[in-house]
Amino acid sequence: MSPLKAYLTGHAVDGQVGAGCQMDASLHFDLTFAEVEAAILELGLCPARYQRNRQTISCAGQLTLLRSKVVVIGCGGLGGYIIEELARLGVGRIDAIDPDVFEEHNLNRQLLATFANQGEYKVSAAARRVAELNPAVQLVPHRTAFSAANGRELLTGATVVVDALDNMTTRLELAALCRELGLPLVHGAIAGWYGQLATQLPGEDISAFLSGPGAAGKGVETRLGNPAFTPAVVASLQAAETCKVILGQGTSPAGRMLVLNLLDMEFEEIRL
Amino acid sequence: MQVTVKLFASFRTGRTPVETRDYPAGTTVADLVAEREIPVAEIGIMLVNCRHVQLECGLADGDIVAIFPLLGGG
Repeated sequence: MSPLKAYLTGHAVDGQVGAGCQMDASLHFDLTFAEVEAAILELGLCPARYQRNRQTISCAGQLTLLRSKVVVIGCGGLGGYIIEELARLGVGRIDAIDPDVFEEHNLNRQLLATFANQGEYKVSAAARRVAELNPAVQLVPHRTAFSAANGRELLTGATVVVDALDNMTTRLELAALCRELGLPLVHGAIAGWYGQLATQLPGEDISAFLSGPGAAGKGVETRLGNPAFTPAVVASLQAAETCKVILGQGTSPAGRMLVLNLLDMEFEEIRL
Repeated sequence: MQVTVKLFASFRTGRTPVETRDYPAGTTVADLVAEREIPVAEIGIMLVNCRHVQLECGLADGDIVAIFPLLGGG
């Protein structure tokens, strides 16, 4: 057993290693916090911060999450909550893509928008938030808009891609590129009390369900707006689907779209 | 022929959410949309008997049509 693993085993209590011990090991052995976390999980031990995941996410699953890279396109209403949940889950690398700064009209719903950080780039706020939450997670900020031109480079090495965009034109470009690259894409969209969720697995095509006959770039959100709770609900569903795709658990989301109506508390499943 | 039309989300506001009525042969999804004054630019998914269709899709007796608004926000 390596000195690191002997150290971790010696300091584990009830199969758990606390954050202080993990930090000490990081300094002592000149490793990153994430590298020590991988060593803990490889030993079948649990970093104490994940103890309440209990049987839902095993040590092996936690290690798979740590070694995964999720690219989140858009850091607004959906993206902010998705990044928060992926960081708490322990996804090892999150790439956040958004060209915008926070403005006052973001405050009604965007988790990362605060009264004080108006004018700050959304991806910068995301990086700071993730650093505060989980030092094992690397958030790589990309202060740019996703496009067909830069998309291939942005999606390199992704385990899963998450669509938290705000227009259909870019969504269709993203879905097309994910099909071409064979990457799983977890789509979410919102408007008012309503939302939708679908996952495009490699070999599938959900694009017919992302637009309409009017070929408009925006949907009814231009009229309805978006309140605080709708992005939180849909983003959490996206985070759950992302976790399932990474871990290969649960019922496959293939070929199904969920449409949510929070006003009437109705959930419809559409077969794609 | 009898056709059931189900409207979803914001399309329910000011309209009957579920309605089964007689329609003349040759009626299309576009006719149902126009009758309900639904702006085409706001339409997302359209289904007939749970299958994705276009506006010009012709209808048959017993069909169930579902019309959802386009949700684009993030």
